[in-house]
Amino acid sequence: MSLSTASAPVSGADRIDMVRAKALNIRRSAFTMVHEAQLGHPGGDFSAADILATLYFGVMRYDPNEPRHPDRDRFIMSKGHCTGAFYSVLAQAGFFPEAQLKTYMQPLSKLNGHPNRNYLPGIETNTGPLGHGLPVAVGIAIAGKLTAKDYRTFVLTGDGELQEGSNWEAAMAAGHRKLNRLTVIVDRNRLQQGDRTEATNSLDPLDDKWRAFGFHVEMIDGHDHAALLDVLGADPESRDKPLCVIANTIKGKGVSFMEDNVSWHHGVPTDEQFAQAMKELI
Amino acid sequence: MSAATKTNEGLYDCRDAFSKTLEALAEADDRVVAVVNDSVGSSKLGGFKKRWPERLVNVGIAEQNMVGVGAGLANGGRIPFVSCASCFLTGRALEQVKADVAYSNTNVKLCGQSPGIGYGELGPTHHSIEDLAWLRPLANLVTIVPSDPWETEQAIRFAAAYEGPVFIRVSRYPVPALEHKIDRIEPGKAEVMREGTDVAILANGVMLHKALRAAEVLAEGGVSARVVNMAWMNPLDIEAIVDAAGTGAVVTVEEASVRGGLGGAVAETLALRRPVPMELVGFPGFVPTGTVDFLFDHFGLTAAGIAAAARKAISRKE
Ligand SMILES: Cc1ncc(C[n+]2csc(CCOP(=O)(O)OP(=O)(O)O)c2C)c(N)n1
Ligand SMILES: [Mg+2]
Repeated sequence: MSLSTASAPVSGADRIDMVRAKALNIRRSAFTMVHEAQLGHPGGDFSAADILATLYFGVMRYDPNEPRHPDRDRFIMSKGHCTGAFYSVLAQAGFFPEAQLKTYMQPLSKLNGHPNRNYLPGIETNTGPLGHGLPVAVGIAIAGKLTAKDYRTFVLTGDGELQEGSNWEAAMAAGHRKLNRLTVIVDRNRLQQGDRTEATNSLDPLDDKWRAFGFHVEMIDGHDHAALLDVLGADPESRDKPLCVIANTIKGKGVSFMEDNVSWHHGVPTDEQFAQAMKELI
Repeated sequence: MSAATKTNEGLYDCRDAFSKTLEALAEADDRVVAVVNDSVGSSKLGGFKKRWPERLVNVGIAEQNMVGVGAGLANGGRIPFVSCASCFLTGRALEQVKADVAYSNTNVKLCGQSPGIGYGELGPTHHSIEDLAWLRPLANLVTIVPSDPWETEQAIRFAAAYEGPVFIRVSRYPVPALEHKIDRIEPGKAEVMREGTDVAILANGVMLHKALRAAEVLAEGGVSARVVNMAWMNPLDIEAIVDAAGTGAVVTVEEASVRGGLGGAVAETLALRRPVPMELVGFPGFVPTGTVDFLFDHFGLTAAGIAAAARKAISRKE
């Protein structure tokens, strides 16, 4: 059977509206899950929401009824702690019922704190330890070349996550092999678990680093749906290098008291904070 | 118990004993430094960072580099306490632990935070139930699994004074302060916590207090259980293990995989020296989603589960 982008028939402006609506749903859903579980990583859920919505509702080809279709585009959530957003987008995309989101981190739930491919469809690899996604994505992209498939491989990493050396081993291999159908998206929210990235172990100039490793680099506003659709939707055959999208984002984006505040890395809301956030997320 | 902070109901988070002891050591000896991987908060080292910002080396999210940097700091005459979630310290950086620390025999103190299933719902990537099996074959690496805040403090003090590589598990799961009959820990010495003649329960870490409760449960049924604190994984108290087998039945209990950890060490010892029926209490493999207490219940790491394992071992006596 053929695979299609979820939003294939939708045209330009409508598609942007659709992605925006989906991103809002992801934030509301993720925060509801975190509030109920009193566990999770809402800051990073919110910084990634627009990127996830763009990929699943504007860019990627997949069939939720045939989640291991050999021609599917692959997505790897390397920042595996942000399962609030990841499970929400998978449910919205039809991989499993949205009602299942209520079981987030409950005993024996398939919605573990970090994603498990043996529990749920739509998950390519188990993540949680940072710095694992890109090497696996590189392997998937090499397999695509070996089998002459035209699927694309996307991987979303945190920015603090890039302090892990494994990413740079994988980046070197991707650049060397000119894996043009591979796209790395960096959720550049400038915060990690305990502090700002630049105060911990600085990453800048981050674009130069990726360029030096053989990537084509695009720097965009990671909350601008039009820009995300444009850059992620571009034909990978138009370049002979892997693509790195540095998505400048705001951790906690969408809720005033959470934005750019490190305490919301794994902070969880009180009932009042939850109610306030839901008022803002409209 | 000086370094302990009470949590609710007389239970303690051993990370508090760890950080307070480390601060006391750092105050007395400026060679003491901390090395972390974006783990200041989870290691409870915020106070250390405030007092000695230049002596807290945060390498970012980079555990392999963190352990290598620790070895380098030791080379430069510092006493590095490398503090990181045990899963990443021992899993991600295992080769650095082996080559740069154990094999090179460097003066590095590895502090595995929130080990076992301490991270509960975050799942097996964040659990560290394999660490004991991974580290046990590493020669030179002194390995301690403290059971409560006092023993954690003792282990940290021992590590600072000892010249050589040490790994210490630092638990977050709330535990009671136990009654120890010794006033300082002795390297490689098991501590008999309770005498008994029908079965011996060998336990360490946060399972020790559960083993003691299991012995009470067993006593109510007329079974006399010895309880031995096996905090020292390396050096291992071989004689205490052989002696325990004198009861005719042995149970090991650990917040770890049943493959290769304390159970493995005791089984190896007894197979060579004094085979007796044995039961191993621990985790069989990757665990499902759940809170820490749910998972302990699910896999029988409870007083009742340990007592049942003891009865089973006794029933298998010749
Ligand atoms: C190997 C490894 N080390 C440490 C951690 C603990 N940890 C979880 S999230 C996190 C911070 C991640 O920051 P970043 O990559 O910037 O993600 P985001 O800001 O998008 O949440 C850390 C240190 C981990 N999951 N894996
Ligand atoms: Mg970040």
